[in-house]
Amino acid sequence: MLKDLFSKPKKKRYATIPSEAAKQDVPEGIMAKCPDCRKIMYTKDLERNLKVCLHCGHHFKMNAFERVESLFDEGTFHAFEERISSENPLNFPGYLEKLESDRKKSKLDEAVLTGAGEISGTKVAVAIMDSHFRMGSMGSVVGEKIARAIEEAGKMKVPFIIFTASGGARMQEGVLSLMQMAKTSAALKLFSEQGGLIISVMTHPTTGGVSASFASLGDYNFAEPGALIGFAGRRVIEQTIREDLPDDFQTAEFLLNHGQLDAVIPRLQLKEKLTTVLEIHQQEGELAW
Amino acid sequence: MVNGLEFEKPVLELRNKIKELREFTKNSDVDLSDEIDKLEARLEKLEKEVYENMAPWDRVQVARHSSRPTTLEYIDLLFNDFFELHGDRLYGDDHAIVGGIAKYKGLPVTVIGHQRGRDTKENIRRNFGMPHPEGYRKALRLMKQAEKFGRPVICFIDTKGAYPGKAAEERGQSEAIARNLFEMAGLKVPIICIVTGEGGSGGALALGVGDRLYMLENSTYSVITPEGAASILWKDASLAKKAAEAMRITAPDLKEMGIIDEIIPEVKGGAHRNVKEQAGFIDDILTKSLKELIGMPSDRLIQDRYMKFKKMGKFTEVKESENIHF
Repeated sequence: MLKDLFSKPKKKRYATIPSEAAKQDVPEGIMAKCPDCRKIMYTKDLERNLKVCLHCGHHFKMNAFERVESLFDEGTFHAFEERISSENPLNFPGYLEKLESDRKKSKLDEAVLTGAGEISGTKVAVAIMDSHFRMGSMGSVVGEKIARAIEEAGKMKVPFIIFTASGGARMQEGVLSLMQMAKTSAALKLFSEQGGLIISVMTHPTTGGVSASFASLGDYNFAEPGALIGFAGRRVIEQTIREDLPDDFQTAEFLLNHGQLDAVIPRLQLKEKLTTVLEIHQQEGELAW
Repeated sequence: MVNGLEFEKPVLELRNKIKELREFTKNSDVDLSDEIDKLEARLEKLEKEVYENMAPWDRVQVARHSSRPTTLEYIDLLFNDFFELHGDRLYGDDHAIVGGIAKYKGLPVTVIGHQRGRDTKENIRRNFGMPHPEGYRKALRLMKQAEKFGRPVICFIDTKGAYPGKAAEERGQSEAIARNLFEMAGLKVPIICIVTGEGGSGGALALGVGDRLYMLENSTYSVITPEGAASILWKDASLAKKAAEAMRITAPDLKEMGIIDEIIPEVKGGAHRNVKEQAGFIDDILTKSLKELIGMPSDRLIQDRYMKFKKMGKFTEVKESENIHF
């Protein structure tokens, strides 16, 4: 009706308050919400920014494939072919089924992707852990794949870079998981004795047995901002010492302040910084003077 | 007499009864020696039954027994001229790990081990045998010293785990453990590791990368305590007994999984029943393994050590290889 054009729009008598669930609800796929600053952004923009929040710089978790894409020169990466799969040594009910479902979800065969490729023209071998697969926990397969990747780096005579993301040892494989700490560390020692360069990049989270083995054994130990890195869990420590811990406890920045890291490197600068380190380690090349 | 544990109560009760009857026979005219003989035969059978069929949880109890012999007691019985050395040269001296130089049947050696306290006061000083980073760094310093002078290293493992504290994290608990794994893997002298009590996770492994790995019959070695496993698996720490079975943490379990070389037998009822006899059992295996390892060239030693740990793990090789597509 014509007169409706001139009438004031009806006022709502009550303001609707969105439910708690609706507030958190962001249309999946299109938009993403930063868990830190709570701002919303287009997923596409977030991905273009290497999953670093456009507003506050929060580093979202990356999966192994995204990591490959963010670092390697296009088309240079290939995964090491060996396929090994876990057994259920302690006969934990449902363990193999959980692995199978994580395999489908993550498109990885285990919590680590190993391979080789080029970073700014330098060939390197890598192991990239993915916390989307069983929390990145280390069982027999993860340990074996990492050890083989290190051996491969030794054979290829290229630097070895490890990206860690792990809750620690995989409980379902008991003490066999524990022994993977020794296996991977021993492989690194042998590689190191050959003069091999080891770079560790700790990403969120790197805790327990992974933190207490190869993650801490780089010639260079780097971390992404805000990453949780530590040996014991926060809750366990609080219960043991009966005091509250500071907010930044066990963050990358906390470790840097306590002399445990060489540098904290924002993801957007990671390729550039790694390139610098790799170039300084180039054996060939003319002297600059 | 050492306090008895739940599972061995029938044995102890019967033993007491026999003792009582003996006293009685001595002080009266009634001769009960026939009865006593019968009971003794029964005791022998019962002991066999109880001690040879110990459940994992029983072994956990023995491994944690407050009178279980500690590293320093074994050192005292096995070595001569033990000279304790202190400090990591970086921060402090951790009393949860002891180490030093000694002679073993004339052979100079370096001995290192976790050290619990024998009473509350000592336990507080030794932090219940749970090391801080400076403990592991002291151990590494002593291993490097042993390497320089060509001495074999003997490690006694007995800890609930590395200490989960604020200061430990600040000083790099992870790095200290990792560094030990790394350096032990490349140490040019023989390393013999013996789990004598509890082998608690990374804190135990940090003294455990050796050429030979042995466990006392009633010791345990695990990635997490039974209590910890129970609270993660079933959200109930009181199910620790069940977890002790599920996690396979006893010496026979680890032997079966191919992680340890041999089980060192224990005195009937546990090492605490007779420390001297127990030290004798350790002595035998120490002599045997040192004879095997001494004189072995260091590159072979290191290669064999790597292969030993490389073999640990259980997995299947998948034959067909499908490429990963991006």
